[in-house]
Amino acid sequence: MHARTAPAAPDRAAADLHSHGDRIVAVLSGTWQLEETTSRFDRLLASSSSASPRSIAFETAALGPWDSSLLIFLRQGQSYCEANDVAFDTTGLPARITALLALATPVPERVLETEAPAPSRVAQLGLAGLAAWDSASSALAFLGEVADSLLRLLTGQVRMQWRTFWVVVQSNGSGALPIVTLIALLVGVIIAFLGAVVLQRFGAGYYVSYLVGYGMLREMGALMTGIIIAGRTGAGFAAELGSMKVTEELDAYSTLGISPVDQLVLPRVLGLFVMMPLLVVYADLVGILGGMGVAIALIDLTPTQFIGGLLSAVSLSDALLGVFKATIFGLIIGFAGCMQGLRTGSDASAVGRSATSAVVLGITLIILANAIVDWLAALWLI
Amino acid sequence: MTHPVEVTDLTMQYGPLVVMRDLTFTIERGEVFVIMGGSGSGKSTLLKYLVGLRDAPSGTVRINGEELAASDRDARRRNLRRIGVLYQGGALWSGLTLAENVALPLEELSELDADSIAEVVELKLALVGLRGYGGFYPSAISGGMRKRASLARAMALDPDVLFFDEPSSGLDPISASRLDDLIRALADSFGTTIVVVTHDLASIFRIADRALFLDISQRTMTALGDPATLRDTPPNDEVRRFLTRDSGSST
Repeated sequence: MHARTAPAAPDRAAADLHSHGDRIVAVLSGTWQLEETTSRFDRLLASSSSASPRSIAFETAALGPWDSSLLIFLRQGQSYCEANDVAFDTTGLPARITALLALATPVPERVLETEAPAPSRVAQLGLAGLAAWDSASSALAFLGEVADSLLRLLTGQVRMQWRTFWVVVQSNGSGALPIVTLIALLVGVIIAFLGAVVLQRFGAGYYVSYLVGYGMLREMGALMTGIIIAGRTGAGFAAELGSMKVTEELDAYSTLGISPVDQLVLPRVLGLFVMMPLLVVYADLVGILGGMGVAIALIDLTPTQFIGGLLSAVSLSDALLGVFKATIFGLIIGFAGCMQGLRTGSDASAVGRSATSAVVLGITLIILANAIVDWLAALWLI
Repeated sequence: MTHPVEVTDLTMQYGPLVVMRDLTFTIERGEVFVIMGGSGSGKSTLLKYLVGLRDAPSGTVRINGEELAASDRDARRRNLRRIGVLYQGGALWSGLTLAENVALPLEELSELDADSIAEVVELKLALVGLRGYGGFYPSAISGGMRKRASLARAMALDPDVLFFDEPSSGLDPISASRLDDLIRALADSFGTTIVVVTHDLASIFRIADRALFLDISQRTMTALGDPATLRDTPPNDEVRRFLTRDSGSST
């Protein structure tokens, strides 16, 4: 009695099992290719007459060219034999195949046991809480380091890295203008559209200039610029410092006794601190121009009427409030980007995660800070 | 007399996972000391403990008699000034030229004027065979040159102890051998204490006065001594297999 893979053409892979008492001889023949489907060894064995063989051997006189498919088939046989205490006799196989089978024989991995068992769900909750606490305290410690570094800069103990500072200034000056222009213009247009549609219902279309001026100067100019810069520059800071972490450039600072905060963080944060207010003033002007365009086109206001209305509605304090927010946002973006960059892990994907978390943290903190400043401004009637 | 490096009962840990424990050894002044072991045995981690990038959960690491972990900022900074580290990939600051890389530690940590710094930079780059490359950025030079430039930076402040993390990794045999010669010359000519983390057998036998073996299966050091002696009379099978490149496979 014997079983075979398939009633195949002579050149196709085939494995015929011949029973000799409690010994099975698998006669392998034909061309074995991965593209060809062959039966699994155990299924083939199940269809053979010998239900419980003591050993399995091979005959390969008619075996043609072969590839990994034959090794996979033999590994299945080997696994079956190991699991069922059956002798796996490879003496009939060519030496090249037995050598490859020996290489493929798994060597148990060295597993280093952890000192503690896996934590329970309650413990995991606790650990998550502790991780959150650690994260908050390390953020606070980082804030302290930056403040300390700033103090040492002001007292002349730290040299300012002007080159990095000017790179940040350039990148957030002319480099950021196109995107800031586009977004600010569109925000101004959207506010004006919204105002024109709603206010005209009450015959108060003239007041669209109030809405544009007030909205851009106090809120949207700073907020939108902050979000753009958080996505653009904050992520850039995190990726840049994260890459330096991966390539051990940060370690090189630390082991020389040079503070990475002095060298890398301070010029970046100060660069944004300087540039954000300027960008916001620019965004305010562009947004107002966009709004004015809509007012002229939709409700037939003249530029003089629009500007006159705007100036009568907004005051210098509104503009200064926006600029003040911009300085806060600049610090937040620089802080979040640099902190996440310095916290990066040691692989390339960690850099991407740091950049993402820098943007998320930056935008979240910006919106939070905006709400707090607005609340304080309302309290103090600004 | 204090040893340049003294490690006592050090335990190395990643979270709850103990990588190595009970590490105790001292490194003599002027010797080339190799830390060897298989991949994942914690060699580079040990280097991080030695140079103060990680604080030991238990045990102590003393550099020139002072414990880095226990030092205040000024003491730590003073002590770090006396060591230099060459990282696996060079870790040159990519935004600075080679000359600026070598000059930065001098500008930040010494009182030298600009002319003196320029002279030191030129000397250090020449010592590592990079005369004339000062204006190049790290991205514009080969891996071997990057490592040599990094060595010039590590030597900028004339440290007592130089640490090398896998110096020959990624280098062709000739460049690796040239770096080995440089390491040996630093120890022999300047009396600098050299600590090298590597699993490159050719380098180990070429440069090491003594070698320490980290055995991942025992999670501790299991051999310390002259590498040739360890190879000829190995204290255990892991050390024998490591030093004779024996995979343990019969095929």
